[in-house]
Amino acid sequence: MLKKLFRQNETYLFLLIILLSILIGTRNPLFFTFENIAGFLKSYSMIGIMSVGTLFVLILGGTDVSFTAIAQVVEYAVVVLVMKFGGNIFIAFLEAAIIGTALGLLNGLIIYRFKVPIIIVTIATFNIYFGMLYVITKGKLINNIPQIFKDFGNILLFPQTSAIGGTYGLSLMPLIWLAALILGWFILKKTMMGRSIFAVGGNEIAAERIGINTFATKLFVFGFVGFLAGIAGVVHVAIVQSVVPNIIVGKELEVIAAVVIGGASIFGGRGTIFGTFLGVLLFAMLNNGLTLLRISSYWYSVTIGAIIIIAIIASAYQRLQRAKANIKVQIQD
Amino acid sequence: MQELLKLSGIYKSFEGVRALKGVNITINKGEIHGLVGENGSGKSTLIKIISGFIQPDSGKIFFDGKEVSRLAAGETTSWGVQVIYQDLSLFPNLTVAENIAYNEMLEKRTAFTDWKEIERIARNAMAKIKIDIDLHRLTEELPIGTQQLVAICRALTSDIRLLILDEPTASLTKKDINNLLSVMKDLQSKGIAILFVSHKLNEIFDVAENITILRDGMSVGTFPSKSLTNDSLVELMTGKALNQTRMARQTNSSKVILEVRHFSKKNNFKDISFSLKAGEILGIIGLIGSGRTELACAIYGIAPPDSGELFIHGRPVKIRNVRDAVKEGIAYVPENRLVEGLIQKQSVMDNLNAAIIKSLSHGGYVPYQRRLDHASQWIDRLNIKVAHPLVAVQTLSGGNQQKVVLGKCLSTKPSVLILDSPTVGIDIMAKASIHEMIRNLAAQGIAVILISDEIPEITHNCDRILLMHAGKIRAELDASTIQASDLERMMAQY
Ligand SMILES: Nc1ncnc2c1ncn2[C@@H]1O[C@H](COP(=O)(O)OP(=O)(O)OP(=O)(O)O)[C@@H](O)[C@H]1O
Ligand SMILES: [Mg+2]
Repeated sequence: MLKKLFRQNETYLFLLIILLSILIGTRNPLFFTFENIAGFLKSYSMIGIMSVGTLFVLILGGTDVSFTAIAQVVEYAVVVLVMKFGGNIFIAFLEAAIIGTALGLLNGLIIYRFKVPIIIVTIATFNIYFGMLYVITKGKLINNIPQIFKDFGNILLFPQTSAIGGTYGLSLMPLIWLAALILGWFILKKTMMGRSIFAVGGNEIAAERIGINTFATKLFVFGFVGFLAGIAGVVHVAIVQSVVPNIIVGKELEVIAAVVIGGASIFGGRGTIFGTFLGVLLFAMLNNGLTLLRISSYWYSVTIGAIIIIAIIASAYQRLQRAKANIKVQIQD
Repeated sequence: MQELLKLSGIYKSFEGVRALKGVNITINKGEIHGLVGENGSGKSTLIKIISGFIQPDSGKIFFDGKEVSRLAAGETTSWGVQVIYQDLSLFPNLTVAENIAYNEMLEKRTAFTDWKEIERIARNAMAKIKIDIDLHRLTEELPIGTQQLVAICRALTSDIRLLILDEPTASLTKKDINNLLSVMKDLQSKGIAILFVSHKLNEIFDVAENITILRDGMSVGTFPSKSLTNDSLVELMTGKALNQTRMARQTNSSKVILEVRHFSKKNNFKDISFSLKAGEILGIIGLIGSGRTELACAIYGIAPPDSGELFIHGRPVKIRNVRDAVKEGIAYVPENRLVEGLIQKQSVMDNLNAAIIKSLSHGGYVPYQRRLDHASQWIDRLNIKVAHPLVAVQTLSGGNQQKVVLGKCLSTKPSVLILDSPTVGIDIMAKASIHEMIRNLAAQGIAVILISDEIPEITHNCDRILLMHAGKIRAELDASTIQASDLERMMAQY
C-alpha cells in the first residue's frame, strides 16, 4: 500500500504542496486565512475548470490549445446575448454550454475527418475563433456587463466581515470547479465512454479493432472540452465583471502545464483528476504565495518552468525505480 | 462436416501492393485449421478481412451457409468470431483485468463501468486457460509472453464460435505453448473452430486437421494435415525444397573479444561468467524468465549489472549505458523488436539507415542515392518483401518488419553482436537465410551471442552453448558433440 503510494505522482505533488504552504505560511501568516484561501481558489476556478478538459485531451493522446479561444468567444457572446435578449444566469450558462460545445465539436469533426494531429488543428481553430471574435467585435471592451453576472459572482457562502469592514467568503466559482472535477472523475472512472478515452489514448488501432467507436469518443472529448471552456467563460466574467476580449487567451500553456504536472502523460493514455486538481492548486498557491511574499510576478513563470522540469525528472526517476522493483527472474541457487 | 466460414476468390490491394490475389479458404465447424505461408504471403491480411477490419476488393464470403456482402468491424464479433492479432492489440495503459474484460463490457452496451463485473469476467477467462495473472497490473509492465496470455484471455470472454490466432506462440515459452495447444484442443472439443497461424510447423501438425497454404497472396490449397509431411508442406509454401543440416563450423581464432566476470543483478541474474572469441557463435539457451534477456540488457548497457566486470579485448570497460556499449562495438537486437526497434511511420529505407546515417553522409549531407543503395542492399540480402524502400515500415508484414530491425543492426558492423530470439515469427526460408547470415558474420570475425529457446536453432548454429535457468548458468556445452535430444532432456530438468 505504502509502496503503491510512493509510485504515484500525486503523492509527490501533494508533499510539494504541503511543503510550499508551510514555506509561505511561516513567512506570511495571512496565507492560511480563510479569506486568502477562498480568494486564490476563486481566481483559479476558470483555469481549474478548463484543466479538466485538457486532461481529457491529453489522455486521448493529444494537446488542445484552442479552449481558451473558445472560452473567450463564449464569454463575449453570452454577455452580448444577455444584453440583447435578457435572461437569468441559468440561461446564460445554457447558452455558454451550447456555444462552447458546438465549437468544441467542430474541432473534433475536423480532427477526425482530416486525421490531422490535434495540436495542429487546434492551433488553427484557436486563430480562427479568436480572430473572428476580434474581427466582429473590433476588440471592444464591455465594461457595463449585465447585473446577473455581477450578482452571481458576488454570491458568498459563509460570509465574514473583515477587520477593515469589507465582507468576504467562499464564492460559488470554486464550487463550479469542484463540480467539473467530480463530473470529469465520474466520466473517466465510471463510464464506458471514459474508459474508451483511455483505450484510444493507449492504443488507437486496438481500440478500433475491438469495436470502440473512436469517432464518437473523439467527438465526445472535444465537445466536452468546449462545454467546459464555455462554462469557464461565464465563470470568468462573473469573477472579473467586465469583458476584455483577449484576457483568457494566453492561459492555455499554464493550464496544460498544470495538468502535465498533475501526472498526465503527453504521450496519451495516462492522467488522473486528482493529479490535475493538485497541479492547478499548486499553481494557484504559487501565484498567491509570490504575491504575499512580495516577489515579482515574473518569478511565477520562472517557477512554473522549473517545476515542470522537476516534475519530468521525478516521473522519469519513478519509472526507473518501478523498473528496478520489478522481479524479472526468480533466482535459484 | 459443416462449413462455418467460407471465403472464395478474395482479392485485396494496398496502394499498388497486391496482398491477396485469389484466396479460397473454408473453415469447418469445430475444427482447428492451420494457415501457413512465408512472411508477407498474406496471412494477416486475410485475417483482417475475416474480422471485418479491412474490406476485400472482391470475393465472396459465406458465414454459416449464408452469403454476407460486407463484413463490418465489430459485426463478426457478434457472430462469435474473435481475433488475436500478431501485435496483440492490447492497451498498455490499462490493467490486465480491463484489457481482458473490455470486449465483453463493450458488447453489453452499458453506459457505466462495473469494476466488480470486470474483475469477474477477467477471472473467468483466466480460469479457462488455467493461468493466474495479477489483475491490477498495467499490461505494459508484463513480459511479452504474459501479454500474449492476456490477449488470449480477452478472446475467451465471450461465446465464441471461431477463434483466430495470428502467430500466438511466437513469443511464448515451450511450457506456455504446450498449455496453449491443449487449451486449443479443449476449446475445439467444446465445438469452437480455430484458425491458427504459425511459422512453427510442428505446432500446426500437432493440432490442425486441415492446413491452408498461402504463397504470394494466392492459396496453394487446403490439405488434410495427415496427407502432408514437414518437407512437403515447406515445399508447398515456398516452391523450394529445404535442407536443414547442422553446419560444420570451426572457430580457429583464439582471440577473446568479450569476457564477462561475475555479473550479478538483483532479481535478474547471479554470478554469470563467460568469454567469447572472435568468430564464435555462443548460444544462450533458456526460457523466458531464465534471465537470458536481462543478461543481454546488462551487457548492452540498458540495465547495467549491480556487480561484475566486463573485458573487451582484454581491457576492462565499464558500460553504463547503451552509448558506451555502441562505442565498444556491441550491437543488440532486442527480443520485443516490433516495438523497440522501429519507427513505424517512417520508411523502410530510413529505418534501415537509421543506425549508420553518419557514415553515409558527405559532410553532413546524405545523398539520396546513397541512402537508397544502402537500404536496397539490405532489402536484397535479407530478402525483405517490400514494394519499394520508401514504403512506411508499418505496412510490412510482421516477419518483414523483423528483418528490417535486423538489417539496421547488422549494418553497424559490430564486433560483438547479441541477437535475442532473432527468428521468432520469421518464416522457414527466411530463417534459414538469417541463420546463414549469422554464420557468415561469424566467419568474418564477429563474435555472436545467440539467445534462443529453440533447441535446433541453437544446436545448428552455435559453437558453444550456455544453458541458463533461474538467473544462473547451469551448464556449458560443446555444440559439436551435443545432440538436440540431449539438450532437450537437460532443459526439461528445470
Ligand atoms: N496497409 C498496408 N499497406 C501496404 N501494404 C500492406 C498493408 N498491409 C499489408 N501489406 C502488404 O501485404 C502483404 C501481405 O502482408 P501480411 O501482413 O498479410 O503478411 P503475413 O502473411 O501475415 O506475413 P508474416 O508472416 O510476416 O506476418 C505484404 O507484402 C505487406 O507488405
Ligand atoms: Mg502476419
